[in-house]
Amino acid sequence: MSLDVTQTQAFIHLDKVRKSYQVDGKEFLAVSEVTFDVAAGEFVALVGPSGCGKSTLLKILAKLHQQDEGEVRLGNLETPFDPARDIGMVFQQALLLRWRTILENVLLPAEILGLPVKASRERAKDLLAMVGLAGFEDRRPYELSGGMQQRVSIARAFIHDPKLILMDEPFGALDALTRERMNVELHRIWRESGKTILFVTHSISEAVFLATQIVVLTARPARMAARIPVSLPEPRSLADKTGAEFAAYTREVYGLLGMV
Amino acid sequence: MDSPGQQTEAEQAVSLPVAQAGGAKTFAFRVLSWWSAYWMAVLSHLLLVAAWWVASTRVPRFILPSPFDALDALSNARYQWPRHTFVTAIEVFGGFLLASAVGIALAVIFSWSRTSSRAAMPLLVTLNMIPKVAMAPLFIVWLGYGVGPNVLITFAICFFPMVINTGRGLREVEPDLIDLVRVLQASRMQVFIKIQLPSALPYIFSGMRVSSVLAVAGAIVGEFIGSERGLGYVMMSLQSTMDTAGMFAGLALITLVGVLLYGCVALAERYFLTADARVS
Repeated sequence: MSLDVTQTQAFIHLDKVRKSYQVDGKEFLAVSEVTFDVAAGEFVALVGPSGCGKSTLLKILAKLHQQDEGEVRLGNLETPFDPARDIGMVFQQALLLRWRTILENVLLPAEILGLPVKASRERAKDLLAMVGLAGFEDRRPYELSGGMQQRVSIARAFIHDPKLILMDEPFGALDALTRERMNVELHRIWRESGKTILFVTHSISEAVFLATQIVVLTARPARMAARIPVSLPEPRSLADKTGAEFAAYTREVYGLLGMV
Repeated sequence: MDSPGQQTEAEQAVSLPVAQAGGAKTFAFRVLSWWSAYWMAVLSHLLLVAAWWVASTRVPRFILPSPFDALDALSNARYQWPRHTFVTAIEVFGGFLLASAVGIALAVIFSWSRTSSRAAMPLLVTLNMIPKVAMAPLFIVWLGYGVGPNVLITFAICFFPMVINTGRGLREVEPDLIDLVRVLQASRMQVFIKIQLPSALPYIFSGMRVSSVLAVAGAIVGEFIGSERGLGYVMMSLQSTMDTAGMFAGLALITLVGVLLYGCVALAERYFLTADARVS
């Protein structure tokens, strides 16, 4: 599959995006020179060290921040984009409302958007089954482990059927084994749902395993270093991580970050 | 794709609430489990009364009457306990509820408007420094004798813990949680109803707990100074005849009003917060 989307308009288009903050009167550059296109249905990993502006970029896409310079366009002629309804967010913390049941937590975005109640409940149950939590609908968040809570927050991001899912280090707080398992799960969910996903991570192997395109950001200077299309055989499995192709991609990213 | 590790994770969560599997608990079982949890508390209360009784046998009766003397006074219709207790209860509950409503409302306004919060919060902190009971004579001048000034004193005492605690609760909402719903372009009202208010509830209840303890003091002081009804008034009039047995009975009833209010708060807290394990 070609990543060349210049023929038609890209689903997501970023061109020379730049954002800085004022910290104690001094200008602090968060991101600059960020230019990449994403086709609908792609899985893009944003990789880089702390302070490279990965989360800032995600917040710009979510319209929580406004870029200082550059262009950010979401949607195209084939897939129009409604910013209120077409973004699902997953954070590092599951951020479940502890006074709500698991099902009610998944339903939160649907309630805010005023979607039909009955259909949403059915969809929420299906989504919980998709993330492996069928039967947990009436549980409370404190009864679930960290990995399970994060699955609930993934189901919540899908409830209003958004076209784009933004994930900000969703597995950063999990232990290594749970994290690997969640990677496999997320890969399956992405393939089954056909959603476009932008995924921020510190982990290079996580990025190579999941992404169809890796965007590498550096902290000093805060800018985009490169974008790497990843073409590993689908569906991917953890065994791929030991292969030569995987190692080559990993080495390339390390190189771009100046670590090897 | 299910790995075995995943299933263990699931099973652990299933087996968590053990008691639910047993179905309906019998009444006897409930009484027994209540007793096993609280027998020490009951015992300590009884011990205090016993100590009181022992002490009263060694001291003149007008200094320390026995618990039985106090019980006699409590059952004596001459004191008109029900009428006075009712008045005090009205003042305590009225002032407390008023303070809760106004305190929560103000805290909500402060959380919406940074300007109002910056202007008013330091002022409230200053006003909080005024000993509220010292304002009682002033309130009596303003509102005359009766229930009015006593409700106001109770209100003044309960108000500050309510505003300060609720305000803190509304401020300390996880910012990412707000972002999560802001992405969906949630209205300010939706954010408040669905996120802020429920997550502030534990703080609101801790404010209510604090002010429920203070509430009774406010009403009683008010009755000391200017009132012809209520348990505080009774205490003052019994002082002039050195009716200590009556005073102990009055004290017991004042305490009862306080316990009743505190109990209502604790019950409400339990009702709202048990389900999510914020209160055990």
